[in-house]
Amino acid sequence: MSVTVRLPGALRDATGGETKLEARAGTLADVISDIDRRHPGFRSRVLDDSGALRTYVNVYIDESDARDAGGTGAAVPDGSEVMVIPAMAGGAV
Amino acid sequence: MTLTADLVRERVRGTILGRIGETPLVPLRRIGAGLRGELWAKIESANPGGSVKDRAALWMVIAAEDEGRLDDGAVVLDATSGNTGIALAMVSAVRGHRARLVMPDKVSLERKRIIRAFGAEVVLTDPLDGTDGAIREARRLAEIDLECVYVDQYSNPANPRAHELTTGPEIWSQTDGRLTHFVAGVGTSGTIVGVSAALRPRGVRIVAVQPDNALHGIDGWKHMPTALRPAIWDERAADEHRVMATDEAIVMTKRLAREEGIFSGVSGGAAVAAAAALAREQPGRIVVLIADGGERYLSTPLWE
Repeated sequence: MSVTVRLPGALRDATGGETKLEARAGTLADVISDIDRRHPGFRSRVLDDSGALRTYVNVYIDESDARDAGGTGAAVPDGSEVMVIPAMAGGAV
Repeated sequence: MTLTADLVRERVRGTILGRIGETPLVPLRRIGAGLRGELWAKIESANPGGSVKDRAALWMVIAAEDEGRLDDGAVVLDATSGNTGIALAMVSAVRGHRARLVMPDKVSLERKRIIRAFGAEVVLTDPLDGTDGAIREARRLAEIDLECVYVDQYSNPANPRAHELTTGPEIWSQTDGRLTHFVAGVGTSGTIVGVSAALRPRGVRIVAVQPDNALHGIDGWKHMPTALRPAIWDERAADEHRVMATDEAIVMTKRLAREEGIFSGVSGGAAVAAAAALAREQPGRIVVLIADGGERYLSTPLWE
């Protein structure tokens, strides 16, 4: 029962250099908690103090925007792919 | 031929591109209340394409035309997070060029649609690679497709030149030369480097602001320690370097709308928050650049 999580380079420092991880299936909150157990501090990079996704972090579960599927309560079934993407793109001033 | 403001203006006279620049400078009376320094904002959303990038896009295209690189149906190509893409698409539409813009997938829907509305082509890259991934793809396309003219906003001297010869002199004139600081964010760095060339010799201190970490939500800005370094960037163009947290930038973006009636993108909030911090520390007249408007981000969670 695992899922694949792909992270941007900007989060590499939070996961010991890894940008592709396996995590336990469940809700998105479960997936984030599972990664946070192995890489403490990961959760606070993607969630705010209230436990919601930070406004500048987008998460896609098999190409669907997690915000449209319940936010951190969204289901992440076994075998799915989760992508964490900075909402900004950077480099245009 | 070296481009001058008169030459560029003459080239686009009688078109919408003639309205690029001469943007308003307004005081931030409420946000600036009680601070030691005085805050003034340069509102770049007043450009026809809706952002500061109109200036660089116009100058880069005119420079390429002058060099004869856009003859025979060439395609204007660049990597962008959005605003430059919109500006290049608009300028190309007016000048009769095709345009191809490379940007990370999953950028706000508005940007892709606006670019396509101007008739330009959008090439999407892996969103996990961010703007740097788009830059690498633009470089690859430039090598394999001889039709493409890669204007490369990150390396093109016409980008800072536009600011040296338009933005900087406008601010000097609008303040009657009475300003002490200029504050702006760093993305390509064209604004900071160009305005610095115009105003620093006149005694204005230049303050460059970057996001405080690699994962941030300040559109268009670069966290230089972890990003591909723009060739035009020169740290020495700024007298002072500051960093800004996204959360603080978002708070100020909302204050700008509610207290000053300025609907800005988050980068504008970030720049104003940095300018306000400076104004708390010292007296002076501080001009801060607000790069774009908030309409472009309506589909993002910020305004939900």
